[in-house]
Amino acid sequence: MSENTMTIKLKIWRQKDRNSGGQLVTYTMPGVSPDMSFLEMLDLLNLDLVRKGEDAVAFDHDCREGICGTCSLYINGRAHGPLRGVTACQLHMRTFHDGETIVIEPWRAKPFPIIKDLVVDRSAFDRIMAVGGFISVKTGGTPDGNAIPIAKPVAEEAMDAAACIGCGACVAACKNGSAMLFVSAKVSQLALLPQGHAERKARVEAMVAQMDEEGFGNCSNTYACEAECPKNISVEHIARLNREYLRAKFIQE
Amino acid sequence: MALSGLFLCSFLVIHLTINLFALQANHDKTAESFWGAEMFETYGHFMATHPVIRPLEWGLFAGFLLHAILGIYLYLLNRKARPVQYEVNKAGENSTWSSRFGWLTGILVGVFLVVHVNTFFVQSRFFGQEPMIRLMIEAFSSPAYVAFYMVALVFLAYHLKHGFQSAFQTFGLRAGKFEKLVNAVGVVFWLLIPIGFAIIPLYFLFAY
Ligand code: HEM
Ligand code: FES
Repeated sequence: MSENTMTIKLKIWRQKDRNSGGQLVTYTMPGVSPDMSFLEMLDLLNLDLVRKGEDAVAFDHDCREGICGTCSLYINGRAHGPLRGVTACQLHMRTFHDGETIVIEPWRAKPFPIIKDLVVDRSAFDRIMAVGGFISVKTGGTPDGNAIPIAKPVAEEAMDAAACIGCGACVAACKNGSAMLFVSAKVSQLALLPQGHAERKARVEAMVAQMDEEGFGNCSNTYACEAECPKNISVEHIARLNREYLRAKFIQE
Repeated sequence: MALSGLFLCSFLVIHLTINLFALQANHDKTAESFWGAEMFETYGHFMATHPVIRPLEWGLFAGFLLHAILGIYLYLLNRKARPVQYEVNKAGENSTWSSRFGWLTGILVGVFLVVHVNTFFVQSRFFGQEPMIRLMIEAFSSPAYVAFYMVALVFLAYHLKHGFQSAFQTFGLRAGKFEKLVNAVGVVFWLLIPIGFAIIPLYFLFAY
């Protein structure tokens, strides 16, 4: 542990439940180590709040190693904070300086209603996945790996798309609250692989329709999503989603 | 949106091509007999009277209207996807100004177009006997009017800096090998075309 600790001023969005209004509440945090992760710093704050008999700050977290997509904090005006390709749980306090004010807000989008404080309901993503983000496979013997040849670059690209952890940073960062990067990653990942081809048309149509139904905005290609995605998902996948969609609507029977 | 935008882009090319002929007017101040100026007037006359072009004119007008209405409608619709704004939002760190303010640069280009169409199109079609080149010489003798054009062209440049490649992204064509091509042609559209247009009023103001 580093010897010198920092004092951080936090402004955190507090909101009792879905239906209440909310506001930024200021907390001063002495004794913050630069080696702490951002979420550990919040744990420390909560420990203090609980000891004082106050309500702890609700925030989403699970794996704390950047793979589950649960953490979702809008930190100082950026989804997952100021670093690129990093989730909030992988952010460390050494990114900030002594005396700094850090503003923490929840993801803001109509399809992501706030449940409490910094926790939002992202089940809209689950509903999009449920209408097409899968392949239908009959059970039976596992086919031999070499029976379905896939070129290395194609496999790589499908893997890049599959890296999406569904955190919703793309929606949070987009000025239109659009979910195009998320949906494009999920459509791309399967459209690229032979296993995904059978349900290609139905998948893209259903997922795009559900995305619109949930109330996400329309993509105007600002590419803020790509810049904020902790998994560096490229907007090339959005181009592919658009191609898949046009193909489904105009070419494929 | 993307289709109407690219349609307007194609119009810009034709518009600029014809207008650049007007630069030749310098060589003969009566603007009656020189080749370039004559071409300009001939094309202008052709455009104004030809039975095929007249319906296209309505098409162009409809194209602008559709583009503007659709653009503003989508902008307002998208705002609804975030009813509560962030208290702190550093959008400048993840996206370009031109990409976030396409709606604003579009509206400003639209304001310019109203003035522009009134100065030239309305005057020559409904009121004027004067040749177009006279209207240009007259209008562009005012530094204030020329300055207004320069500002409008900067907005057009920003509008197209985002808009051109955005339209190709919407069609799924800004990817792989095409990405470089789209970006290169994009520079022609957002940089060279506004510069081309800017030359004309500047020329009439300073060199004529
Ligand atoms: C010469 C004139 C114009 C050209 C060549 C042009 C071209 C374009 C192009 C190519 C796009 C991108 C389409 C896409 O992303 O799919 C666009 C977007 C847009 N245009 Fe225009 N435009 C012109 C004038 C106007 C005018 C007069 C308005 C009036 C309001 C306007 C409003 C918009 C809006 C609101 C958008 C959407 C911007 C966004 O959300 O990013 N444009 N334009
Ligand atoms: S908590 Fe799992 S990605 Fe951050």
